[in-house]
Formats: sequence, structure tokens, C-alpha cells
Amino acid sequence: MPLLEVKDLKVRVEEREILHGLTLTVNEGEVHAIMGPNGSGKSTLSHVIAGKPGYEVTDGQILFRGEDLLEMDPHERAAKGVFLAFQYPVEIPGVTTMNFLRTALNAQRKARGESELMVPDFLKKVREVSKSLNIPQDMLKRGVNVGFSGGEKKRNEVLQMALFEPSLCILDEMDSGLDIDALRIAADGVNALRSPKRAMVVITHYQRLLNYIVPDVVHVMSKGRVVKSGGKELALELEASGYAQFEDAA
Amino acid sequence: MNVAVAKTGKGRAVSDLFASVEGRLPGPPAVIAARREAFENYERLGLPHRRLEEWKYTDLRALVSEVLPLAASPDAAALKRAADAVKAHAIAGARKLVLVDGVFAADLSDVKALGSETSLKTLRETLETDAGLLNTALTDAVIALNAAMATDGVVLSIADGAQLSAPIQIIHIATAASASSFTRSQVAIGKGARATIVESFVAAGSKAYQVNDAVLVKVGDDADVAHIRLMDDAPDAVNVTSQFVTVGANVKLNFFNMTSGAAVSRLQGFITLAGEGSELSVNGVNLLKQTEHGDTTLVVDHAVPNCVSRETFRAVIDDRAHSVFQGRIIVRPDAQKTDGKMMTRALLLSDEAEADNKPELEIFADDVSCGHGATAGALDDSLLFYLKARGLPEKQAQALLIQAFVGEAIEQIADDGLREHVIGIAERWLERRS
Repeated sequence: MPLLEVKDLKVRVEEREILHGLTLTVNEGEVHAIMGPNGSGKSTLSHVIAGKPGYEVTDGQILFRGEDLLEMDPHERAAKGVFLAFQYPVEIPGVTTMNFLRTALNAQRKARGESELMVPDFLKKVREVSKSLNIPQDMLKRGVNVGFSGGEKKRNEVLQMALFEPSLCILDEMDSGLDIDALRIAADGVNALRSPKRAMVVITHYQRLLNYIVPDVVHVMSKGRVVKSGGKELALELEASGYAQFEDAA
Repeated sequence: MNVAVAKTGKGRAVSDLFASVEGRLPGPPAVIAARREAFENYERLGLPHRRLEEWKYTDLRALVSEVLPLAASPDAAALKRAADAVKAHAIAGARKLVLVDGVFAADLSDVKALGSETSLKTLRETLETDAGLLNTALTDAVIALNAAMATDGVVLSIADGAQLSAPIQIIHIATAASASSFTRSQVAIGKGARATIVESFVAAGSKAYQVNDAVLVKVGDDADVAHIRLMDDAPDAVNVTSQFVTVGANVKLNFFNMTSGAAVSRLQGFITLAGEGSELSVNGVNLLKQTEHGDTTLVVDHAVPNCVSRETFRAVIDDRAHSVFQGRIIVRPDAQKTDGKMMTRALLLSDEAEADNKPELEIFADDVSCGHGATAGALDDSLLFYLKARGLPEKQAQALLIQAFVGEAIEQIADDGLREHVIGIAERWLERRS
């Protein structure tokens, strides 16, 4: 059974249809890249998979391990193993990163019927992962993302990915706003999490990110549909020729 | 308000009440005469209503349908319930002074543990020789009623230079249902002293009771004082409290109020900065649900130059509850170099929740820095979604954001243990919500 099956998905925002019948299948262990110009519906797809309010699914299905994802609340999807790394992670003043990580992890474990992680085990794990991502300990004591640079916010997303151990990671424009060094650190963090049991969907406008996170499959989205799929060489092709040909095709 | 109107309806109920309890009120004839005068003041004014500017948002005449009879002395069963309540609400290590239904309960209090630097008398004892405590610089109807009816209170005096390591916790416990209590206390803190005063208002099995409390605080020069008030009365209770605070020179005074109970409550604080070089920090949190009405009204009077005042208020309002914040900063003509700021924010958790914020600056000096800000809004949907996408159910995500919101006021409490105690009250309020 595929990990994620998006079947003929149609989505509206207010009165406008953004996705016009999108189909996508992702198996465990695979890394898919979704590329496309601005306004092609890439972020809409990621939001609908995570359960963000404000989107109306008018047709189609999203199955996660065969279960209807659209029937689940966002927190239930998270507990099942769906993780969205936000393009713009929010700042939450007054909630320390450490408190947030522990509360979220334990909420997910509780939903799965697992026991709460003991504090010493949790702290040890956070320290290990944050060290590997070059996240200073004092950042964890500050409000979630408050005063963080763009790169720090993205690393904080990767830190959560590493702690929560989701089976599906959706990375929404992870490269936006990052310089090359920050991108490399975040990408290294993501690559360390690649596993035969975990799939990733990397959403990006630019081919650059795919030099660091090398995909198994590349999809091109245009005007709310996947218009072409291929191997990683498709990304290079796009880099050379641009999106215009696909906009015409769609 | 003329006499004829004051004597109708709710005015009549209190008038009967005073006549029937006059003999039970403590004090020699001179004090009784002062009480009678205060009561006549009350009768003349009547219960406050919305046509009085200070009570515009808290129409007590409409909110309090009747003034309840004075609570009887607690019996053995009530004292047993009160003892349990003391255990439940005591702050670890604090010296407890307990008032049950408006009467000091020595057996439940840590009188001996206060130490030699703190002297304690009851209001009852003090009134034997001094009626002065019944006078206040300012009088409105509820203050006058308090002077007329006050049955007891604590009169504390902390010696110059005393460095009190343990907080003093005054615990007001209501055991009598459908009754009212009137208390009046004084806390005088000596020069250079360091002290923490906590006031707690709780119920011990009682319902639908009314509390009218008055507190007179005098802070001597160079003192360092934390004053924390925790009003967690029963959900159908009424609590109206008036505080009069006079601050000397070079004082650090940190006041915090949390309102997490009572159907109708009003804290009115009148704080006068009377000595130069003092720093005043006044902070508060209102946690209101259902049809609760919580009013915090503050007047900070900069009477002298070179003082700093900061006010940080947060209101969390659910269901059809109504939160009121009125903050006035007065800067007298001589009070140059005053630095006074207040910020109040309301979080509306339902479409029917209501917040009224009325900041006022009255500035008569020309070299000052004063400002105020007020906001009201709902929880941020983008923050809620982020938390939900990380596995938090809706109510838990809301609770985390609400805790962060009120945390900005609670973090002004310097003492770790007290801060944790206050956070615990907020957490229990949030648990009752979900």
C-alpha cells in the first residue's frame, strides 16, 4: 500500500478552484520533489494535506496508509505521522521552544496510546538532535522562533522533524529566505532523516535545493495539476528551460 | 442620588441590614458613631450605578440583585471546612492569617510564627482605641458601606529594616452561603523593610456570598515589597475590594492581581506615589468565563517627581463574560520626570465576550513620559494551526497560547514559588474550561 495517495483532488479557496484534479502517489522511503511556478498550487497541496482551515475539498481523496486523511483533524494527522515543515514558521512569544517540543511530542504519543516520554530521556534527545543541527541550547529556552533568523526557523522545523519522527515529511519551500550556508545545514539535517520507512515531499520553486536533497521522483505542477513526472534529471531540465513550456501545456 | 431613591429597592435592603446588625459590629461608641456616619454616606449615595463615571461599566445596582445579610459567626463544621480550605490554598512557607466569614480565626493562623519584626492586631482590637482606620481619603458608596459594616481584619505593622523571608498570606474564606462579609485591613511596611504580602479569597463550600474588603497599605521609604492578590471566589460570589496604597521614597513595589472567580468582581486600587525615586509595577490578569463580570479599576497618582510606574494587564474572556479595565494615571504639577506607562490587552475567546478598556492620562506637569496602549482580539489562527499541525488538540493549543498571553503579566512576579503558585491557578482555570 502506498504511504500517500492523492487522487483527483479538487480544492477551492473561497470561490476559486486552485487544484483541478491532482493525483500523486508516494511510497515509503521515497523522496519526491514538486516543482512549479508561483501560483501553481504547490503550497495549497501541502496545506490541504496538513489540514489547514480555509480550503474546501470539492472532489477527490487523500489517503494515508489507506486511511482517509481528510476525515482527520490536523492534530490527528500529526499523530499519524504527517509533518509539514512550514514555509514561514510562526513566532509564538511566551511559549518556550523546549516546552512546545515536549507538549507536542507528548500530545502525539498520547494520541497513539504511548506513554509520555520521561523528561531526562526527552532532554537527552533534544540535546543530541539540536547539536547535530547547530542549534544553540539557549535558543531552546526562548519563545518558539521569537527573534530567530530565517535559517534558525528552518532548522527548528528540522529539529521537530527529527524529534517527532514522522513517516511523511512535507517540506514547503524550505529554501525560501535561506543563504547557501543555512540551506546546507538544513538540508544536511533533512538528509540525515532519510530512511526506508519515511517518505518526503519537497516543494520548491528552484532546482537549487535539489542539489542538496536529491529526489527519487520529480513532479512538475502547473495550474493546479501535475503535468509531468520523471527522475531527478527533470529538475535540471527545468532549470535550463524554465516553466513556460508547462504553463502552455496545462 | 437623593435619600428617597437610595432608600428604595436595594438601598432599603442594606438599611434594614445595618439596623439589625448594629449591635454586632465591633467598636466603642465613638466608632459606632463613625460607622453610622459612614452608613449615612452610603445611604445618600446608594449602590453605584452606570451613570457614575467611575462605575460606568460596572453597574453594581443592576449586577447585584440584593445585598445579603451579614454572615453569622462560623460554627464548628464551618471552621473545619475553613481549615481544609487553608490547607488547599496556603502558599508553601507562608505565614497564614485567616479570616473566616469576615472574622479573624486565630486558631487557623500562624500568629506566633510571624516573628518579632511583625506586629499583628485585629481590626476589632484596633478599633477599641482608634477609629481612624475607618477613614479613607476617598469615599464611594461601597467604601462607605465597608466602613459602616467591617466586622474584622488584620492590622499588620512590619518594623523598619525587617527582611522577611517568608510571605505573609492573608486568606479570606467564605463558609456561609447567601451572606455577606465586610473586612478592612491595614498593612504598614517600615522603612527599608522587605516583605511579601499575599491576599487570597476562596470559598469553603459556600455559595452565592458577597465580599466587601478594604485594604490600607503604607509603604515606608526604601522598602521593597511584593503584594499579590489572588481572587478565586466561588463562581456565584460577589467581591468588591478597595485598596488604598501610599508609597514613600525610593520604594520598589510590585503589585499583582489575579481574578479567576466570582460572578461579579471589582478591584479598585488607589495608589499614591508620595515619595521621590520610587518604582511601581502594577500587573494583573482577569480570567473570566460564563457570565462573569470582572472589573479592575486603578488610579495611580504621581504626586511627586521622579517616579516610575508600569501597569501590565491581561484579560482572558470566554463565553459571555465581561472584563473591565480602567486605568488612570495622574501626574501632579510638581511631579516632573514622571515615567508612567500602562498596557492592557484582552483576549476574546468567544464572539459574545466583552472587554472594556478605559485608559486615562491626567497630566499637569510638562516634563514627563507617559503612555498607554490597549488591544483586544481573538487567538491568532495561524499560531493555533501551527500548534495543531504539531499534534496539539484544539483546546490544548488554545490553552498553551492563553498561558503565554497571561504569562506576560505573571512573569512580573519575581519569586519563583509564588509565580508557580499563580501559574497553577491559571492552569486549573484552563482545565475547567476544556
